Amino acid sequence: MTDASALIREPWEDFARQKEGVSFGFWIFIASEVMFFGGLFFAFAVDRYLHTQAFRIGLQHTDLTYGTINTALLMSSSFFMTAVVRGAPAGLRRTTVFGLAVCAALGVGFLITKGIEYHDDISKGLIPGAGFPLRPDATQLFFGFYWIMTGVHAIHLFVGICLVLLIETLIVLRRLPLQSPTIEIIGLYWHFVDIIWMILFPILYLLGRWP
Amino acid sequence: MHVWIKPAGVWIALLALLAATIGAAHAELGALSIALNLLIAGICIGLIGILFMNLARSSVLIRLAAASGLFWLLFLFVMTAGDYLSR
Amino acid sequence: MTDITLDRLPHVEAASLSYLTEGHTLGSWLLTTDHKRIGVLYALTITFFFFIAGAAISVVRLELVHPHGLFITDEEYNRLFTLHGVIMVWFFLVPSIPTTFGNFLLPLMIGAKDVAFPRLNLMSWYIFVAAGLVTLYALIAGGVDTGWTFYTPLSTFYANGNVIAAAAGVFIAGFSSIATGINFIATTHMLRAPGMTWTRLPLFVWAIYATSVVMVLATPVLAMSLLLIVAERWLGMPIFDPANGGDPLLFQHMFWFYSHPAVYIMILPAMGVASEVLACFARRRVFGYVAMIISLMTIAVIGFMVWGHHMFVAGQSPYANLIFSFLSFIVAVPSAIKVFNWTATLYKGSITLKAPLLYVMSFIGLFTIGGLTGLFLASVPLDIHLHATYFVVAHFHFIMVGGTVSAFFAALHFWWPKITGRMYPDAWARIGAMTTFLGFMVTFLPQFVMGYDGMPRRYHVYPEQFQPYHVISTIGAVILAVAYTLPLFYLTWSLRYGKIAGDNPWHATGLEWKTSSPPPKENFEHTPVVTEEAYFYELEGVEDNGS
Repeated sequence: MTDASALIREPWEDFARQKEGVSFGFWIFIASEVMFFGGLFFAFAVDRYLHTQAFRIGLQHTDLTYGTINTALLMSSSFFMTAVVRGAPAGLRRTTVFGLAVCAALGVGFLITKGIEYHDDISKGLIPGAGFPLRPDATQLFFGFYWIMTGVHAIHLFVGICLVLLIETLIVLRRLPLQSPTIEIIGLYWHFVDIIWMILFPILYLLGRWP
Repeated sequence: MHVWIKPAGVWIALLALLAATIGAAHAELGALSIALNLLIAGICIGLIGILFMNLARSSVLIRLAAASGLFWLLFLFVMTAGDYLSR
Repeated sequence: MTDITLDRLPHVEAASLSYLTEGHTLGSWLLTTDHKRIGVLYALTITFFFFIAGAAISVVRLELVHPHGLFITDEEYNRLFTLHGVIMVWFFLVPSIPTTFGNFLLPLMIGAKDVAFPRLNLMSWYIFVAAGLVTLYALIAGGVDTGWTFYTPLSTFYANGNVIAAAAGVFIAGFSSIATGINFIATTHMLRAPGMTWTRLPLFVWAIYATSVVMVLATPVLAMSLLLIVAERWLGMPIFDPANGGDPLLFQHMFWFYSHPAVYIMILPAMGVASEVLACFARRRVFGYVAMIISLMTIAVIGFMVWGHHMFVAGQSPYANLIFSFLSFIVAVPSAIKVFNWTATLYKGSITLKAPLLYVMSFIGLFTIGGLTGLFLASVPLDIHLHATYFVVAHFHFIMVGGTVSAFFAALHFWWPKITGRMYPDAWARIGAMTTFLGFMVTFLPQFVMGYDGMPRRYHVYPEQFQPYHVISTIGAVILAVAYTLPLFYLTWSLRYGKIAGDNPWHATGLEWKTSSPPPKENFEHTPVVTEEAYFYELEGVEDNGS
């Protein structure tokens, strides 16, 4: 609690107001990310509308096991992140350090699972182009979206993991006070990446899988 | 301890919803399965947004910022739907 | 408040301690978090890009003097107009007023010490510069010939050139836009001085706020559309490819969902500038202040609902055409309200024809013509005839150049004394303003006529019947080039030899005029407390416009 005054940055004059401002600014950023991914989902929705049957066939060739594991991993990571975001301003150092570590680990677990899944997809030849195993041709469109959507999501997750590890290090080294607004906004970012996956999972693994 | 308890409740709910959505897909209900999948996804997103991201206790300003992204997407989806659905 | 204005004293510092004098090293500029210095950095950067894109189009205009081309190939021609469009749109027009005058003035106008996130502000500039260099390199080394609109499948399959690098550069520039928008929105909400309520804000602040909302919500969709064409071209991921069931029109939906609001990003700040300058040089409050705010916000919102008017002939359904056409007519209404209100502000005002006012009057006239011709294009049957002709080219140049660039120069001449502490010679500035107006009309009026007669845009080689129009247009372009270069000379001159400006040379209202010129680093010695409305020119005791 005593660190607060050291955290005030120009032009803010009141720490509580600065914290509110940082939160607000980050939510505006999240709104922009909603539009970014929203654009992608929009394109997917249009093409699914135009080629519903082909998209279903494509979806049947994604691996539900990997998808389910990944969803559970991210949901759990969000749980730990929530404890961090609540624990840090209350001064709970061990909760914060532990929570961030588990969160990062679960995130890495997601990326590893995804990597294995990608490997499997490649060995099944599911990269659009010559030699694509499925018909009709619009299944390639589905997999175009699959690779792009999961790829962009994975990049976002990777960035998130790096940020989590960064603040973990700074907190452990006592270079970042627990009251810092940075912790809350990294939490918001992490949850947002989780929310994106909550949309990706049904549209790439579930919708119409079993007619 | 208190920072873990309420989030744990949400976590269990999320995992239960995960099971439910897979079950709904397995149930072979056609369009209803799809509707359920999307509905459950919406509930999960709501839980994460409102409870994990703390929108429940945030200022009006922050809630407006959160809502504006979603609202603006409507312009993109609805007006383009007008094009594709009427071709 | 009386100002003691000093006459020409060539070697006296404008102010002993200001944001300009705190720190003389390159490092103090390149690592600054002061919004005023960042505004100056942006100004230098966009000026650089403006002249590069201007040089490209000068070559194009010279080439078009002859119907069969003179000295460049078709491929080079396509690359030149693409360069012109890409650089002008994303590296001049979109950032222009917001990153320069928005950055400099927003905290001053609301009584704050800086923007909400000063380090993010500096990072915005670095991202912008990096993006600009990447894009410039892509456009010059090898080149891109798709036009600034990157339509598929030309951009994804058939174009030879640095499409991926150019798209990547623009993608990166988008981050700069979004970061600036976030900064300005947070600043406006949370850092207003005591007494500065929303309805006491200058209209320039409202305009920047509306612009920032558009920047934050529209730019990401552009980013996604560019990401998808890069994925298609570079990684072979089919998205818009009809062979796999993709729809090229889908790209256009996504691209124009951003690019139409983008033109509102360009015009809204210009409208804010117009309100500030008009109020000052008519010595009257802006007529219909609340209506002006509602108009700004309405334009920002409805501007998101009209993008389909760029695709009337691209295969969009007739019903969608109808809706987009209708909304495009509607969006003109708030703009028209603003033009009426500006006129009403001048009516019975005490008018002084200084350079900033001349530029704003230019803005109003040219913007109105541009806006009216937009209505022609919003009508589907007319657009079928006019689409992809020079009529469209003339329309958007009337708005973007006649509108935004005029307002940019108005802002430059209005706030130059505040930014630098010096006055420029008004006579030269007025010559510049009038030359700009003349050059502009000569360049672009003929383009309406030849477009209506069927001259297509982006054509290197054209039917001989259009040559007279092209020649006149090129003559106008030469006049414009002179007019745009002129300020470089007298403004630079003023930095050393110009009259010392004093705090408020125009006797304008607004918090930025209550501090010294140039302002100190923290903007105000004491946080101001606001008790008056935004434009209190009509109160007793407010001085006439001097100097």
